[in-house]
Amino acid sequence: MVYQDVVWAVSLAGMSLITLGFLYVIVHVGRPADASAVRDIQRRSSRWRLVLFVVLLIGFFAASYATLHRFPIPAQNATLGAQQVVRAVGRQWSWQLAVEGQPPGNPLRLVTGSPVEFHVTSADVNHGFAIYAPDGRVAIQTQAMPGFDNKVLYTFTVPGHYKVMCLEYCGVGHAPMATEFEVTGATGG
Amino acid sequence: MATMTLYPDDERLSATERAVFDLYAVSAVVLFVLMMLIGLLMRTAQGNWMSIPPDLFYQLLSMHGTGMVGTMGMITTAVMWFFLRKYVKLHLWAFVANFVLFLFGALCIIGAIFVGNYGALWTFLYPLPVALAKTWSNGAAAWFLLGYLLIGVGMLLFYLDAALGLIGRFGNLGRALGLQWLLSGDIDPDHPKTVVASTMVIIANVLGILAGAVVLVLSLVSAANPEITFNALVMKNLTYWFGHMYINATIYMAVIALYELLPRYTGRPYPITRPFLWSWAASCVFVIVVFPHHLLMDYAQPRWVSIIGQVVSHGAGFPVFLVTTWGVLTNIHRSGMRWTMPSRLMVLAMFGWAAGIVPAMLDGTIAINRVMHNTQWVPGHFHFYLLLGVLPMTLALLYHVIGSREQTTLDSSADRVGFPLYLLGGLIFTFAFLDAGRMSVARRMATHLPEWRGTDQVGTIGALLLVLAMLYFAMRIAIGLLRVKPDAGPRHAAR
Repeated sequence: MVYQDVVWAVSLAGMSLITLGFLYVIVHVGRPADASAVRDIQRRSSRWRLVLFVVLLIGFFAASYATLHRFPIPAQNATLGAQQVVRAVGRQWSWQLAVEGQPPGNPLRLVTGSPVEFHVTSADVNHGFAIYAPDGRVAIQTQAMPGFDNKVLYTFTVPGHYKVMCLEYCGVGHAPMATEFEVTGATGG
Repeated sequence: MATMTLYPDDERLSATERAVFDLYAVSAVVLFVLMMLIGLLMRTAQGNWMSIPPDLFYQLLSMHGTGMVGTMGMITTAVMWFFLRKYVKLHLWAFVANFVLFLFGALCIIGAIFVGNYGALWTFLYPLPVALAKTWSNGAAAWFLLGYLLIGVGMLLFYLDAALGLIGRFGNLGRALGLQWLLSGDIDPDHPKTVVASTMVIIANVLGILAGAVVLVLSLVSAANPEITFNALVMKNLTYWFGHMYINATIYMAVIALYELLPRYTGRPYPITRPFLWSWAASCVFVIVVFPHHLLMDYAQPRWVSIIGQVVSHGAGFPVFLVTTWGVLTNIHRSGMRWTMPSRLMVLAMFGWAAGIVPAMLDGTIAINRVMHNTQWVPGHFHFYLLLGVLPMTLALLYHVIGSREQTTLDSSADRVGFPLYLLGGLIFTFAFLDAGRMSVARRMATHLPEWRGTDQVGTIGALLLVLAMLYFAMRIAIGLLRVKPDAGPRHAAR
């Protein structure tokens, strides 16, 4: 399942639970409770709130551990040691991608299965360096900032035609600021 | 404890106060309609149903973002003023000064955009709006920045006056926030929730506005002398510190209306509690430190800063879900509340806020942000809690004020059509954004790829319904506020 679809499903599930809670209360608004029933409602409300608090707390720690114990962003001050290193420079309104050690302008060809290290920066204003996979979804992104070199480590698993688009507003030519590259199978396919 | 009388005497407005409040309210609803129309135009263009040149599109986007956030700030300030003046001494001149400076600031911004062609959006990122290739002059950028400064100064004046009022009555801001009761002691049941919320807003948003002022002044320096440059990452942190707190302050100011009005419509007390005080104390800290979640894709940020951004984003859901949403639902449950416009809008507002922060919290997760950042997922969640949360909170107060002046019930046939139209339009509009985010449609683009246009067109239909509903609300509120004579008094029975 595509990552974005999982996020969408989790979001819909959470929003649906909240909607159900509201619908339950709305349906019962028209049946006013007497004083003793109100006290009972408040007692039960406090109890259920405690249950919800515990559930959310467990969810909070579980989600934090699951998403942070292996930090999703590579160390920026260390050598990442990838075999393929690409330097990406954004400027109003184009991208320049070059494999390290090769002159810019050569078509970029990468292979699947082996990590690629992108060093992303900007020659002028802020840009957003987003790699779109052949299915049209964002695979990975970082910001391209003047004066900073953001390192992205990504392993392509699907060969095909990839696109780099700018995801940070950078002026009137922002929308068409894009480039493309090919990823081939590790065995050349 | 908040009053249970629907229209209490201490909320009566003098003739001058009424004129100023009406000015805020009518300006706000007119501006909301205009900004929504701009939004509709942009969605129509993205859906390829009309053509807007990119330079004009980004001017419209700048106007829409700045106008919506500024108007939201302006009208929610009026919400806070309306209730806080019952508890502490507020000077009308500060409230008036805020509006006048907002007006002058708005004129500077409108001039910069439509005369000077400014198009760097409301949260411009340094070295924009003064750097390099652009379709506007440094002069236009300077006018835009000056507009921000005027609006910020107006809000600071209002906050400082309110802070003095709070300190005058409670001794210091900590006591106004109720910190003395966090761990022990009998909570004063008459300590107003409005005071707690207002204090939190003042502490947080004064910091935010000052951070924004630093960015504005440095940007003006850069506009005057482009040779002088600053660290882009530091500037970005300051920009988002300001932007995040400013827009979040609107939520916390608007929710005051809910705390004050809901018990009157349900007829059931909504007392202040220790969890409530904890939630506001925690929210005060959270809102100040959570802004790095806007910079999760700035890999150059220190790792601990990004972790704070994620952890606090998730933690910020606790007060909203466990205290405010839960408290509101408990107060409503089996209350026998009549469904009139204020009560409908309040329930919608609470739903919009609670449901809207689910996709927002997910987006605050670093691993998720890597694929969702700056896609339409982002306008999807912030439109959700602003359109279906904050705006209905303010509309609830405006309808309530009309109710205090009119003889009619706030449940006309037109209201009963306008409300579901707004809800339906809002859901279509926001879910079109969220679904586009799922498909990685980029935000803030004048032109869209052909495969992106389906969600744009669905969103356009939602936007059209929203505009129609808001147009009705605006007319209803403007006419309702302006046509009744000032000496009209409270009319209605409590429920």
